Amino acid sequence: MAYMLEGRTGAWEVVVGLEIHAQVISESKLFSGASATYGGAPNAHVSFVDAGFPGMLPVINKECVAQAVRTGLGLKAKINLFSRFDRKNYFYADLPNGYQISQFEHPIVGTGIVEIELQDGTLKQIGITRLHLEQDAGKSMHDQHASKSVIDLNRAGVALMEIVSEPDIRSPEEAGAYLRKIRQIVRYLGTCDGNMEEGSMRADVNVSVRKPGEEFRTRCEIKNVNSVRFVMHAVEAEAMRQIEVWESGGEVVQETRLYDPSKGETRSMRSKEDAHDYRYFPEPDLLPLVLEQSFVDDLAAKLPELPDEKRRRFCDDYGIPFYDAGVLVADQATADFYESVAKGRDGKLTANWMSGDFFAAMNRTGKSIENPPVSAADFGALLDLITDKTINGRIAKDVFEEMVETGKAPGAIVEEKGLRQVTDTGAIDAAVTKVLADNQDKVAEYKSGKDKLFGFFVGQVMKAMQGKGNPALVNEAVKKQLG
Amino acid sequence: MSIFDLTIAQASAKLAAKEISAVELTTAYNDAVAALNPRLNAYITTTPELALEQAQAADARIAAGDATALTGIPIAVKDLFCTEGVRTTAASKILEPFIPPYESTVSAKLKAAGAVTLGKANLDEFAMGSSNITSGYGPVENPWKRAADQDAKLVPGGSSGGSAAAVAARIALAATGTDTGGSIRQPAAFTGLAGIKPTYGRCSRFGIVAFASSLDQAGPMARNTEDCALLLNAMAGFDEKDSTSAQREVPDFTKALNRGVKGLRIGIPAEYRLEGTNPEILALWDKGIEWLKTQGAEIVEISLPHTKYGLAVYYIVAPAEASSNLARYDGVRFGKRVDGVDLIDMYERTRAAGFGPEVKRRIMIGTYVLSHGYYDAYYLKAQKVRNLILRDFTTAFETVDAILTPTAPSAAFGLGEKMDDPVTMYLNDVFTVPASLAGVPAMSVPAGLNAEGLPLGLQVIGKHFDEETVFAVSAAIENAAGFSALPELRAK
Repeated sequence: MAYMLEGRTGAWEVVVGLEIHAQVISESKLFSGASATYGGAPNAHVSFVDAGFPGMLPVINKECVAQAVRTGLGLKAKINLFSRFDRKNYFYADLPNGYQISQFEHPIVGTGIVEIELQDGTLKQIGITRLHLEQDAGKSMHDQHASKSVIDLNRAGVALMEIVSEPDIRSPEEAGAYLRKIRQIVRYLGTCDGNMEEGSMRADVNVSVRKPGEEFRTRCEIKNVNSVRFVMHAVEAEAMRQIEVWESGGEVVQETRLYDPSKGETRSMRSKEDAHDYRYFPEPDLLPLVLEQSFVDDLAAKLPELPDEKRRRFCDDYGIPFYDAGVLVADQATADFYESVAKGRDGKLTANWMSGDFFAAMNRTGKSIENPPVSAADFGALLDLITDKTINGRIAKDVFEEMVETGKAPGAIVEEKGLRQVTDTGAIDAAVTKVLADNQDKVAEYKSGKDKLFGFFVGQVMKAMQGKGNPALVNEAVKKQLG
Repeated sequence: MSIFDLTIAQASAKLAAKEISAVELTTAYNDAVAALNPRLNAYITTTPELALEQAQAADARIAAGDATALTGIPIAVKDLFCTEGVRTTAASKILEPFIPPYESTVSAKLKAAGAVTLGKANLDEFAMGSSNITSGYGPVENPWKRAADQDAKLVPGGSSGGSAAAVAARIALAATGTDTGGSIRQPAAFTGLAGIKPTYGRCSRFGIVAFASSLDQAGPMARNTEDCALLLNAMAGFDEKDSTSAQREVPDFTKALNRGVKGLRIGIPAEYRLEGTNPEILALWDKGIEWLKTQGAEIVEISLPHTKYGLAVYYIVAPAEASSNLARYDGVRFGKRVDGVDLIDMYERTRAAGFGPEVKRRIMIGTYVLSHGYYDAYYLKAQKVRNLILRDFTTAFETVDAILTPTAPSAAFGLGEKMDDPVTMYLNDVFTVPASLAGVPAMSVPAGLNAEGLPLGLQVIGKHFDEETVFAVSAAIENAAGFSALPELRAK
């Protein structure tokens, strides 16, 4: 069912395109040798190039180029062997050169495709228009001094990838799913850490509305939205605002807006008339960026398996449902953890345990997949104990909790606590006999047709055996003795 | 013979033979600077103590047998090259308090070779000018005088006017210059010096205050072609800090000086015979042609059909890049700051106070030609024509080895002349700009005096990275011209 917003004049369709700014993971900045790591004392990671000193020249960082190419490959996009840097000119205190080196006319990556999945399981393809490399600006802080602004240039010159989507997105949900998908891909590739809170990923959201079947109407750009949730809210808030403008006889004007999460609304930042004239022109300090096909091929050959491919392979190799595979490939570390446990074991059993007890324990203890509540080896050993019938599933849950609590190996816990499953039919029969004898009234009810009591007898037997009875054998014995 | 009559090659030989010491040579030059610079204003900043220290180190190096041809040679460094610990102004008030914590690659190479730096030479503000009158630190006086009027002050040309005047007046043995549209060649011609703009990419631009990045190129200015070759040997070479510098071997340029021109094909572009060009200049050009012919060169009439667009293209491309390159002078991080009520006000006050009128004019032109709606008509079109100009040269160089033209359309003019409108001033660059736009090497050699007793230069243009042929042809002209005139106003 297509997402529509109901106005006074009928249904409106929302049209969204995203420009995602993703900070490249690299040792040093795009055009200087200064460290590109997050944090550090203000202005600790600044070279004379970053600070725009006279006579300083940019030199392209090959690793940043490789990261952009990897990302392009991950987006199934065309890699442009010829690209060029341009200067985008504007004055601001945290832009030391008075221009940002970006790629305007000839981006390093061209059109591509990303597949998103919606809540109801629908898959949808979103077009990628381009990806280009550019420098980040520094940071201005206006609340540190009564009359002055202070500038931190640590971020100035750090490489960003701007990933521009086609206006293919039609709902807040799709916008959120797209942003998460891009984040997932760059994290898999190791090209961006995707941490929106730290600002290493942020989005400019282009929103317009139209009546179904119409051409696109005027769009507004909401700048620098820094969480998936805010992007989704911003799309909705802006779409509602535009519908209100159109429906009250007004006209939406093209402008740049800001999203205010505390008020849940967008506000005008500057209109088209006030828009900067960036005076783009080719950066004369750099030669055009010309890549060898072999450089691209080499990166392609070493590209890690991407989430979509991994998900399909998990379904095939481990026989697990598409949905479950989606959960397991959400991030690379989880997928790796799953695979290290599932390899050579029952994939379904592994998947069930991971989505159930394992994730529950992880959340409860505040641990993470990188620092898991139980190690992959111990977790696998536990599943082995279930598979070879040393313990039953019920006991396994207790053993798992004990593992989480003490960090002990499952085998040790089973031995220590004598939790081995009882498969001795003599012992099981004796237990059943005793339970039936102790509950003669219930036996009578059962025999008069209250079938549901069967479970009660099984439960009583298991309880009498401290949960260690083999469930299948217990079932069988109860059935036999009840006649 | 005075110590000031020595060329680099001669001084170097005497230093090596311990007939003079670097300290003696430097002290002589320091004293000459102190005596003449107050009048000529060729230096913005002088560094006599630093020079003396460098001279002492040079003497130690010579004693240790570790000298190069430049060890102990006192030079001026155009104040566009950043010099570590020594104020670098680009002749702009906006950089008045700027002391770079780093050294330009070219000046670092010269220092590494043992050159002694006497100070920072005056120039047009941010190298924008052809007369050195746009300097924020006052104009430079050309030591040359009209025979009939010894009192009239003439300009030394520009933008490397301080470098030119310093070498001509012998208050530096040689100097570095930079050339964006003729800023080495035209002042060299105005002061009777040799000066070469190498191929774009031959010398690193790292640490040179940028004017127009796609055109700026460092080069030497000296008494003769040999000294230029010795300097360029040290200045040139790939630098990983400049992505536009060329990864090419640097030949020993001095070896090209005696090659001669026998069998070389020398192009004479018809388009450089501009209507209204001073007949003395044309006569000198003809003389140059004769000299080369006599020495065995073949003279070939060629056409560089897009020459007439050179100035127009240059005065779009260079200001466009300059408007962007100069955006960093905003008062935020270094240089001059004039406080304002807010950020924009501070920018405006700082830049209003810091930049002179010519720089402001070019920033405005550059901003205009890059603006939305004008970009295609100006900047983009200029880039296309620039390619055509480059093609003119590459086509010509299919049939000739070098091209001979005059360097400038006139001899040095008076301070205050040609000031009526900027375009008249821009016309000075008419013969030098095309080679800059094409990125090819070009050298000016002194070839004679005009009727007023002022030096005139001829320009030799070569193929990309073929400075050797440029040196060979220039040396041939130098030999034939036998230029030995000297300005009266000089260290003796």
